[in-house]
Amino acid sequence: MRRVEVSDLSAWFGAKRVLHGVNMVAEPQKVTAIIGPSGCGKSTLIRCLNRMHEEVRGARVEGKVLFDGIDIYSPDVDPVEIRRRIGMVFQRANPFPTMSILENAVAGLKLVGRKSRAELLERAERALTAAGLWDEVKDRLHEPGARLSGGQQQRLCIARALAVEPEVLLMDEPASALDPASTLRIEELIQELKDQYTVVIVTHNMQQAARVSDWTLFLLYGEVVEFGPTSKLFTRPDDQRTEDYVTGRFG
Amino acid sequence: METEQTREYGTVPTRRHRAVADRAFRWVTLAAGLGLVVMLGLLLWVLGEGGWRAIREFGLHFLIGRDWNPVAGRESYGALPFIFGTAVTSAVAMMLAVPIGVGVALLLNEISSGWVRNPLAVLVDLLAAIPSVVYGLWGLYVLVPIFDRDVEPALESTVGRIPVVGDLFRGAGNGGDLLTAGVVLAVMILPIVTAVSREVIAIVPGDLREASLALGATRYEAVRMAVLPYARPGIVGASMLGLGRALGETIAVALVVGNQPRVGASLLQGGYTIPAVIANEFREATSVGLHRSALLFLALVLVAMALAMATVSRLLVRHTARLVGGAVEVRDEAAVTTMGMA
Amino acid sequence: MAIAVGSRPLQAVSRARRLKDRGFTALLWLCAGVALVPLVLIVSYVVRRGIAALDAAFFTNTALPAGLPGGGMLQAFVGSGLIMGFAILFSVPLGVLTGLYLSEFARGRVASLVRFVAEILLSTPSIVAGAFVWALVVVALGSFSALAGGIALTVLMWPIIARATEEVLRLVPDELREGALALGVPRWKVVLRIVLPTAGAGVFTAIMLAVARGLGETAPILLTSLGNDFVNTNPLAPTDAVPLRVYFYAQTPFETWKTLAWGGALMLLLAVLILSITARVLANRQLKRTA
Repeated sequence: MRRVEVSDLSAWFGAKRVLHGVNMVAEPQKVTAIIGPSGCGKSTLIRCLNRMHEEVRGARVEGKVLFDGIDIYSPDVDPVEIRRRIGMVFQRANPFPTMSILENAVAGLKLVGRKSRAELLERAERALTAAGLWDEVKDRLHEPGARLSGGQQQRLCIARALAVEPEVLLMDEPASALDPASTLRIEELIQELKDQYTVVIVTHNMQQAARVSDWTLFLLYGEVVEFGPTSKLFTRPDDQRTEDYVTGRFG
Repeated sequence: METEQTREYGTVPTRRHRAVADRAFRWVTLAAGLGLVVMLGLLLWVLGEGGWRAIREFGLHFLIGRDWNPVAGRESYGALPFIFGTAVTSAVAMMLAVPIGVGVALLLNEISSGWVRNPLAVLVDLLAAIPSVVYGLWGLYVLVPIFDRDVEPALESTVGRIPVVGDLFRGAGNGGDLLTAGVVLAVMILPIVTAVSREVIAIVPGDLREASLALGATRYEAVRMAVLPYARPGIVGASMLGLGRALGETIAVALVVGNQPRVGASLLQGGYTIPAVIANEFREATSVGLHRSALLFLALVLVAMALAMATVSRLLVRHTARLVGGAVEVRDEAAVTTMGMA
Repeated sequence: MAIAVGSRPLQAVSRARRLKDRGFTALLWLCAGVALVPLVLIVSYVVRRGIAALDAAFFTNTALPAGLPGGGMLQAFVGSGLIMGFAILFSVPLGVLTGLYLSEFARGRVASLVRFVAEILLSTPSIVAGAFVWALVVVALGSFSALAGGIALTVLMWPIIARATEEVLRLVPDELREGALALGVPRWKVVLRIVLPTAGAGVFTAIMLAVARGLGETAPILLTSLGNDFVNTNPLAPTDAVPLRVYFYAQTPFETWKTLAWGGALMLLLAVLILSITARVLANRQLKRTA
């Protein structure tokens, strides 16, 4: 588990600036939530944390993201390795359609050198258990990943991310495409996962942020309005805009 | 009639003569569309009816026999050398054009800078615009001498020494041969293979690639894991389209293939293709005897081959779309080249 | 200095994987280079040797026998114009009307059939079109002719114009059609006076592309117009054309004729490239207008 510190981060899509000097910290064994209205830059921010933002054509980043003290944007650092150490789960579950459940779970592992089938199976079981999916799929590991339900697919993607043993887990609106029951399941999972990972989650659902996170960052038009302990942000926020947002007066 | 119009256009009032004009217009366009169908039917019928006599006379021998003798009184038509030459030159073209075309398509998909991507795409498409006879002229006066002087002797003395494979590269003649024709064809089909491969690769959704990158894959690994498996059937489809084009190419091939009806192992010796023989012999093919009929039947064989390729290709491109789970509008060649410019 | 977080260095991606990635990218660039080399070679070669042929005689004289100097390509230019004239005369109305049918009126099985047929025709080799018209028109009329050549090119150009027109018309938004219909404009006027002009540049582009294709085709007119050493304006007689002349001269040993062939090739290249590039520019502008 590692500490992630964001220092004066700005980001552009071409000429359009979407993040303005963001500062934030994500502590180990804590869940940090990023909230804000649509278009405020939440997804962009989280994608800067594992250097995915720069994969978009014309995208640019300035500032620092410190992974346990080392700036991940330093020229000595390899983004490919960063992405293995800082894992990501996306909004829409995207298991590889032509791979089985087992193959999906270990897809990331196969990249980092050969492993025996026994070892792959063992790591898959660990990851699927951690994602709360093992019991449901242990008898059908060779079925296509795309045959699972929406909630199961998302947990499969979580298992896939966990299998490479990252130190930080980034989740970009992981439950927004799911039904309430699956959403609850994911939220419970996040609580279990935080023991072992530094978790950062983006959500447009304030109640979810209140339920799930320890620290919350409120982002508006690419700027940090307020960053603090979740309980404080939702009950006695410092900024009026924060209060307006969490009480539902806008966004 | 007026009620029909009212149903279509809601409460817009209509008058009789307008309705007549509308119907006339509709029928005229329908006639044009059906005219296209009639033309194809006519084409197939003319070729079939014309070629019928040859196939009836020679039967299977037409397709597997090697003697092609149009001399009156001793007529015999075995078209195997032409079928062989067509197949071999097309195969050589495919083996060269498909890897390069797919490589360019992947590159165009991966490059983020518009400054490089657009000009590169335009330039590859321009290759498609060059007329066949210009390719032939260049092939004859530039490629053939180089192949004759340098490339083929080199091939013969290196790869030609390896047992079995070496048989392909023996006995370099005068440069006008199956290999040279295959190379010229490869350049000619490269644009279509590239264009359709690009389309197919673009269908693959970006989030699979993103998921791979987020797991810590390098660019190469992400393409292997998240793009190629889904694009593969479609890329095969693109190759089929290229193959179809290569099968039918006449003039450029006729200028560089050597025009020797022959079936043999070596690529470095002259050959002959179906389109080339039609182009070279039609003048002497009178209706007396079976010569004309034989040539028309060959044309029919060509249509069948090209049609088969086009159909298989479309099915394969559709297969990629289904794998990837999206509905895709499969666009044919004209559309691809027209809209590919945008 | 190795950058490390915890026990594992952050440059830990294995050398082998890095190399494969770099190698892959290099390979892709190599493919692009290989793809472009022929283009550069052909264009430069044709320009270099073709320019040598361009003198007054090239444009004003007709062919001279046996490689005598001073010959020209006049009859080929006139012939190409005549043949293309017929081809455009037939294929443009037919193609545009078919495109209109597919875009505005076609429903169900008839539409699928027409589209399927268009696709088959598009993938048909050009020599087949030539053989078809040869067997039908040349044999019926008893001679090779410019008219037959025009018909052969129509077989190729009609489906191109039809499908490209259909695509361009599809881009015109339905709201435009509905707005006009709601004003009480009859259907045929909506299509001809509103939809077609809106798509105008796009249809013109489609025609240009088809013409570019037709100009460069040799095989179909070889089998139908045959060629001629003299200027011919009779549509029912054998006629020369630039690609035919280039094809013929290319196979001869005479230097004068070979030079003329390069000149002809240069003319073809220029015509086709100018048409293609203009079509591309127009299409881009059209797209910006309707998008």
